[in-house]
Amino acid sequence: MARFNVLKHEMVPEHSLVSKKEEETLLRSLEISKELLPRINRNDPAIKALEEISGPIPDGSIIRIVRKSPTAGSSVYYRVLEEGVFK
Amino acid sequence: MTSGISKRINKIQFALLSPDEIRKMSQVKVITADTYDDDGYPIERGLMDLHMGVIEPGLKCATCGGKVDECHGHFGHVELAMPVVHVGFIKEIKTFLDATCKECSRIKLTEDQINSFKAKLSTVDFSSTDPEVIGSITKKVTDEASARAVCPHCGAQQKKVILDKPTTFREEGIKVTPKEIRERLERIPNDDLVFFGLNSSVARPEWMILTALPVPPINVRPSITLETGERSEDDLTHKLVDIIRISQRLRESRDNGSPQLIIEDLWDLLQFHVTTYFDNQTAGIPPARHRSGRALRTLVQRLKGKDGRFRSNLSGKRVNFSARTVISPEPFLSINEVGVPEKAARELTVPVSITIFNVENVRNLIKLGPEPRDEFGKYTAGVNYIIRPDGRRIKVTIQNAEENSKRIEPGWIVERQLMEGDIVLFNRQPSLHRMSMMAHNVRILSGQTFRFNLAVCTPYNADFDGDEMNLHIIQKEEARAEAKIIMRVQEQIMSPRFGGPIIGGIHDHITATFLLTHLNPRFTYEETVHMLSYVDVEKMPEPEIIDGKKYFRGRDIFSVTLPEGLYVKFKSKLCSSAKGQCEYEEDIRDTFVTIENGKLTTGTIDEASVGPFSGEIINKIFRRFGQEAAAKFIDRMTRLAVGFLSMRGFTTGISDYDIPENAVNRIREISESAIQRIEKLIEAYNSNLIQALPGRSLEETLEIEILSETGKVRDESGKIASAYLGLTNSSVIMARSGARAKMLNISEVAGMVGQQSVRGGRINRGYNQRTLSHFKPGDIGANARGFVKSSYKSGLNPLEYFLHSIGGREGLVDIAVRTSRSGYMQRRLINAFEDLKVDEDRRVEDTIGSVIQLKYGEDGIDPTRSERGELVDIDDLIFNLQEAETE
Repeated sequence: MARFNVLKHEMVPEHSLVSKKEEETLLRSLEISKELLPRINRNDPAIKALEEISGPIPDGSIIRIVRKSPTAGSSVYYRVLEEGVFK
Repeated sequence: MTSGISKRINKIQFALLSPDEIRKMSQVKVITADTYDDDGYPIERGLMDLHMGVIEPGLKCATCGGKVDECHGHFGHVELAMPVVHVGFIKEIKTFLDATCKECSRIKLTEDQINSFKAKLSTVDFSSTDPEVIGSITKKVTDEASARAVCPHCGAQQKKVILDKPTTFREEGIKVTPKEIRERLERIPNDDLVFFGLNSSVARPEWMILTALPVPPINVRPSITLETGERSEDDLTHKLVDIIRISQRLRESRDNGSPQLIIEDLWDLLQFHVTTYFDNQTAGIPPARHRSGRALRTLVQRLKGKDGRFRSNLSGKRVNFSARTVISPEPFLSINEVGVPEKAARELTVPVSITIFNVENVRNLIKLGPEPRDEFGKYTAGVNYIIRPDGRRIKVTIQNAEENSKRIEPGWIVERQLMEGDIVLFNRQPSLHRMSMMAHNVRILSGQTFRFNLAVCTPYNADFDGDEMNLHIIQKEEARAEAKIIMRVQEQIMSPRFGGPIIGGIHDHITATFLLTHLNPRFTYEETVHMLSYVDVEKMPEPEIIDGKKYFRGRDIFSVTLPEGLYVKFKSKLCSSAKGQCEYEEDIRDTFVTIENGKLTTGTIDEASVGPFSGEIINKIFRRFGQEAAAKFIDRMTRLAVGFLSMRGFTTGISDYDIPENAVNRIREISESAIQRIEKLIEAYNSNLIQALPGRSLEETLEIEILSETGKVRDESGKIASAYLGLTNSSVIMARSGARAKMLNISEVAGMVGQQSVRGGRINRGYNQRTLSHFKPGDIGANARGFVKSSYKSGLNPLEYFLHSIGGREGLVDIAVRTSRSGYMQRRLINAFEDLKVDEDRRVEDTIGSVIQLKYGEDGIDPTRSERGELVDIDDLIFNLQEAETE
């Protein structure tokens, strides 16, 4: 059975991996350290879908989530990949 | 660096208190059940021994030497004659007995199992893993051990242990005494304890059987001296007396070789007393009672529930400088004000620090004594207390007023009574949103109730059927400033819930503005003056002169309340459903409200203009001219409305629902024909001629068809009824203006009540295959399933009445269930969000600094300042631009 890519669903916001190179500039522009960013579980379906496309993603990677918003157009959100969030 | 973390709990360890530890922390071994001797002096080695702390002034603690306030008490202990079970550990004891061998006390697992489980448990870090996870692992292990009938270590046949609630264990019907249990538990090797989730270095299972009992410090169970000089002991002390007494008797009986039966009885009694000492609501045993018959409040009861230590004392706080009384309306107050009864104002005080600048004024104030009045007999503020710099309070009386006024000097503090204009907090519970507590300016009024403007009922969700509200007097300058800037009623006009006004005219205000502006009626000069005398007008509106007499138009009179420079255009409530053309009004000018430069030129003012939630005029005034102007508009509009109604009068009654005979007949006809059509549908269904809707069964399809049929009849009857009830009818005026009720309610009274429902479907419960015994089983016709063809006015027949009550009951149950559920849901949300904050970049963080949202709400928009959730009101912008161009 062909598996459905959750990222293609219209209700799922766009997830993408922030490259290691980009990370530092991003954190500086957000004026924040990585530990203080929200986290995302490795078992999150969106992460699994991302891994299928780009290969394994290491812990501590930053995931960029772009959501559509009727008031703001689109809003960007960042989460840090971590093992064992909300078991 | 992790900065901003104030405190973090590193570790919590749970352990059992061993008898040795109980003795070690004990300052005295209590051996007598007596408390005080005849002189009222604590008996040595008694329950009130001085080693356990002091509660009487003058005495010193025998342990630490501290006086009453210095010594916080020390534990003592009682040696129990025979061991008893601790009720709190019943479940654990049961698991131990079940999972271990009764002969050798090893866990009933084979060596292989022990090794494999040990390996599994060694990967678990007990100090950091979720207790639930550990629990689920140990549960699996103990379950497996309990299921085994033969011990794999010694081969002994196992007997099943049954727990005879609450504290007795039986093996094949024979009682296992606590002593035996303790011996078995003692034999369990330390190595086996991991399987039960016990840390052998801090807990041994036999400690769950008590041999020594700690006696809490006297400070925990203070005795009270009554006015009669009689001593009354705390419930815990009473319980401890019982325990010691029985323990002593048990010891004596055992030592002098009494019959086993007597010993067992005493042992059970001791068990009962120890059990109720911990928890006096243990299931299966009668609660221990006081001599008066009141159940004792022992350890568990002190902590548990709404009146327990946690919810009542730790989460709940009581305050001074507050008042509570019944509320009533006062339309002549501003929305920013609250009427405070004189009696309350005399009691409530504001502290005033005396400086060189106010010392003379304060002196004059004190001179007047504690109950001053001005030359007209009106309330003025006096002074209740003077506080010296050393903290001493002096009560001001008529006798010492003169003298005290001379004593004060800068640095002293004076507690002044409430004054007109003071800022206070006003609150109605349940405080569900921030508008439940707002700052008001004080007006001192006669009477016994708090009073406020009717427009403020909505945010408090208050009515005057006996509601009470609380008033808090602000005690500090900073708090006062903050309350004035952010908590005043006018600051709260806009709701953060939907970005519109939550304060606005209600009931009569809407009726009045509707009557004043609908079809723009003419009023005589006298009428106009009467109305406007309720409002602080600067100028009369422009009159129309007909036959030499001055007349004023309703819209011009209403315009008096509008600020200059206001341009708004929107559709009124009267016609909110119509697109473009209104279904009721021939003249479009009556339905579209147009305000040009603060003049109402067209349209009817109703709920959509001045009501809470929808009030567009309030919304636009607030946005364009600020809170001050919006508050002023609401004040003046509500006053004008009251003025108008006091001139015109307004009433409603049952005659509002009179419709002509032929209308009644027509409604009866359509309901009869509907019943017949339903009958036909059922026939079609019975002969399988009905076509099922997609995704529905035949039964469901039939129900849907019938429901739509009954719905249609109700609408039709409503139309017929309202065709005879026009805008000359008070009830219709209220419904159409949005003041109260809906047109549906009117058609229920005048026309037909219609189909009753339970859970969205027709009523289908009661007897087997029928709702009532008056119907044939299997009858699914209109009448048998709750179709009410009568109107409220004509009255329902008994069957209809009963079925209507079924439908009505559902609503009541729903409300009861919903409020408690949504209340708890909201409580959890509030607790989760309580210390999040939005910083200057609109980033939402918790106290540690972890980000919750990078931009508040992902768009950074404050919903309070949004246009009903949208960024801008485009239509309004265009209208304003057009107006600006034509100027």
